[in-house]
Amino acid sequence: MPDDPKKPGGIVRPGADVDLDAPQVARGQWLDGPPSIVGRTHRKVGAMDRMQGIARYTDDRKLPGMLHAKLKRSPHAHARIVAIDTSKALAMDGVFAVITGRDLPEPYGIIPWTKDETALCVEKALFVGDPVAAVAAVDEDTAIAACDAIEVTYEVLEPIFDPEEAIFRGDENKINPFARRGNLTKHVHLEFGDVDAAMAAADLVVEGEYYFEGTTHAAIEPHCALAHYGADGILTVWSATQVTHYLHRELARVLGVPANRIRVIQPPLGGAFGGKSEPFDLEFCVAKLAMITRRPVKLLYTREEVFYSHRGRHPMKMRYRTGFSKDGRILALDAKTILDGGAYASFGLVTTYYSGQLVCAPYEVATYRFDSSRAYTNKPACGPKRGHGSVQPRFAMEVQLDKAAEALGIDPIELRRRNHMGENRVTVNGFRVGSNGFLECLDAVERASNWKEKRAHLPYGRGVGVAGSTYISGTNYPIYPNDMPQAAVQICLDRSGRARVFSGANDIGQGSDTMLAVLVAEELGLRLEDVRVLSADTDLCPVDLGAYSSRVTLMVGNACLQAARRLRRKVQTSVAKRWEIPRRRVTLAGGEALDLEDPTRRVPMAEAIAWAEADHGLLGEVGSYNTPKDRHGDYRGGTIGASPAYSFTAHVAEVAVDPETGIVTVETIWVAHDCGTCLSRRVVEGQMEGSAYMGFGEAIMEQHRVDPAHGGVHAGPSLLDYRIPTTLDTPRIEAHVVEAPDPNGPYGAKEAGEGPLHPSIPAIANAIYDAVGVRMDAMPFSPPRVLEALEARRAAEAADAVPPWKADRRGEG
Amino acid sequence: MTDAPPPTPGPARRLPVLSEPPRAPAPAHVVVRLRVNGRPVVTAVPAHHTLLELLRETLDLTGSKQGCDKGDCGACTVQVDGVPRLACLTLAVMAEGCDVRTVEGLADGFDGAHPLQDAFDRYDAAQCGFCTPGILMAAEALLRAAGRPVTHEEVREALAGNLCRCTGYTKILDAVVDASRALYPGTMPGAAQEGSGTDAG
Ligand code: FES
Ligand code: FES
Repeated sequence: MPDDPKKPGGIVRPGADVDLDAPQVARGQWLDGPPSIVGRTHRKVGAMDRMQGIARYTDDRKLPGMLHAKLKRSPHAHARIVAIDTSKALAMDGVFAVITGRDLPEPYGIIPWTKDETALCVEKALFVGDPVAAVAAVDEDTAIAACDAIEVTYEVLEPIFDPEEAIFRGDENKINPFARRGNLTKHVHLEFGDVDAAMAAADLVVEGEYYFEGTTHAAIEPHCALAHYGADGILTVWSATQVTHYLHRELARVLGVPANRIRVIQPPLGGAFGGKSEPFDLEFCVAKLAMITRRPVKLLYTREEVFYSHRGRHPMKMRYRTGFSKDGRILALDAKTILDGGAYASFGLVTTYYSGQLVCAPYEVATYRFDSSRAYTNKPACGPKRGHGSVQPRFAMEVQLDKAAEALGIDPIELRRRNHMGENRVTVNGFRVGSNGFLECLDAVERASNWKEKRAHLPYGRGVGVAGSTYISGTNYPIYPNDMPQAAVQICLDRSGRARVFSGANDIGQGSDTMLAVLVAEELGLRLEDVRVLSADTDLCPVDLGAYSSRVTLMVGNACLQAARRLRRKVQTSVAKRWEIPRRRVTLAGGEALDLEDPTRRVPMAEAIAWAEADHGLLGEVGSYNTPKDRHGDYRGGTIGASPAYSFTAHVAEVAVDPETGIVTVETIWVAHDCGTCLSRRVVEGQMEGSAYMGFGEAIMEQHRVDPAHGGVHAGPSLLDYRIPTTLDTPRIEAHVVEAPDPNGPYGAKEAGEGPLHPSIPAIANAIYDAVGVRMDAMPFSPPRVLEALEARRAAEAADAVPPWKADRRGEG
Repeated sequence: MTDAPPPTPGPARRLPVLSEPPRAPAPAHVVVRLRVNGRPVVTAVPAHHTLLELLRETLDLTGSKQGCDKGDCGACTVQVDGVPRLACLTLAVMAEGCDVRTVEGLADGFDGAHPLQDAFDRYDAAQCGFCTPGILMAAEALLRAAGRPVTHEEVREALAGNLCRCTGYTKILDAVVDASRALYPGTMPGAAQEGSGTDAG
């Protein structure tokens, strides 16, 4: 067991006498007994196998007689497919099958209302890289040669790359044939309170235009899928996906195979960040090719294909007007946003809502209006990336606050404190927020960064900036409407003293299997190593919706607690019977059952479980979780953004800006995050550090874009050209865990995997301003952009239009 | 079987029967002799295959990962004669006569796990773990060359060619520094300090 000191405030344990089916329990305390494992450091479930090269990721799997597949992709950004001649490819030695769009014509899409893509293009190719045919051959080299031998005749159409132009010209040049309204995927307009009146009454109105260039996930593992179609008619698909269940559903639809004959397995996964959270062409293609050839078929994306498949952050143009009172309170917020969606809708309907719905908290915003439009363009489709849809508006929101703080002469941290919404409050757009540790987050980063001292004394060229944010712990409603539980697990105990947890949730590297194991071990008094988590296999596990929207710890965690409590009660009952004491005197902890009133009386869990198995038969229980239905706003779209619990984050970034080159060096990021109750210390810290790192990369160097001047080819589809931070680029990141346990979380836990990313970008933008007095309202903050802004400022200073920045702090060096 | 959905007919195709030998155009093969994790290997591979393909496909040592196949990510890092090399940029024939070590051989001579693996496990330094084999091989070469505890700065330099998208590197740097202390107890560090991810100073 880890050797951390006991947590202050006693041991986190639920009482033995709790209501079995209560979704969560307040922290109880034991006077005695072994310490809790909650919140300590743990060795992660299954990690050692990964570190020894034993774990088999999708591409590490081989089946006898396996074929390799490749996709032929369109070289045009917008083209009608006139004809495809596959005869030469089919005639090649070693080629087993070729398919085109006509073999898989059924449209699909992760959001049921926008099924607007097909596995292979049927009528038109909509971006450079859209797949038009797939080949299965004995090896990759042969498959590539066969792709080259496929002849596609295109009628090239005019591509549209600009989202506003696309919306404007939607009637005359419609990009996606399945789109309902020209080139508009979704338009949302919502108003809460009288924004115009509040704005007119404001003492200060800050206006800003912000531009967020797209970024992509760049998980180090490329997408990969392997399919096997057995003689028994069972189709098995192994895929590097974070949503086994949704993939399962869509495979059944598109292939016309009943869902009960399909098994989807997610092997160990090499990172996803939202980039693997919907079905992709390759999964349908390997399945279809396996059915045709009756051989296992595998397809691994090249790195270039990963970039073209994208589904990353939407480029957004954001126009923000924020009204403040003299003392810094937010009276009105008016946001207008254009989202560049690329060729397909993906999650875009939700993204369009998220671009406005999640920006208010952690602040009390008196009146709020947003207007968001998502356009189809002839580019790789955008989708969800860590902090889905809300990272871009957070950039705008937090820079607006920084501008207001300056104009009003209020310290930026103080300004945020004044607008703190507090706990158990409802946001202006109707979301019920429970626990809220935002103030503690602000305190933590203020203290750790030595904020006051640095704001007052850092010389010209160096600066600190602050930003805050909030995020959901799972969406309150599933992607397809249904009344079934949002999460479900099955747990079995056996006489070896072991628990097996069957969970459909996807551990994508974020450590969710470990979170579930910690909860089950804690509840059943087992050692962590005595809990096995078997996850993400649709044959073995109950349905779970997957790893997206930071839902697993809270939702699947609550389901685990429910099942574990049912088992706990059975074991306690059997022990109590043998000891002839009341059940509530029996506790389970540290691998033993103990008598609370006579600590010398104890029995190993294996024996206690054997007693219970003798009394009750095989020990298996199910648990499920459904979200509380009182969290959302009572208007159309008011459910999108509702969550059982919200996390909170604050960042302070310290930067050095070279005035000669415009190079920004981020030296340190202090990140404080309220994750409710911290279940596993280093796993939570790792999520915070990884989030801060990812936001830092987006702020400084990442740019996912296609080049209209070259027909819409990707500007740099490799990990060399699309730079992501190395060890040498990455700042020092200091993680401060803040705990404001939420009644809806398992033992009070909330999310930690996405929230801590949000403030990275605005904190850096605000720090750049503090350093050299230039506002970076367009991303990324690359040297040419920063230099241009610096030169503009210098010209203005020379013309006496603005005073010299930090004139009194421009000493030597 | 009878009620199994019939496979949808695809375009005109040729379905080879199982007994039929694969009829791929046979590329020129070369014989390569090398040692892999201490074991002598003699094998024939297509002449254009990389060391990564030899390891992953011919020998089924899939611990070394393919993240990009073009030298950009470091996931395929192995040691060739003790020096970290990108297996995706090394032709298999170039490893002729060489001593190749992969993550599968890292724990050889240790009780179950190399101190680096143990430290990565304790620090939760592997999230998805896809970059980890390459990082471990680069880090092991650093520690062996240093022969003493290393600093965060040294680790940063040594791992600059290995991308990790999950961790922000913080825990990786901490784990490597920690492992170097476990490997070389009592030895003078370069300038080791506690810290989350960097030498503060
Ligand atoms: S696979 Fe070799 S460097 Fe990426
Ligand atoms: S742990 Fe996932 S890429 Fe490093």
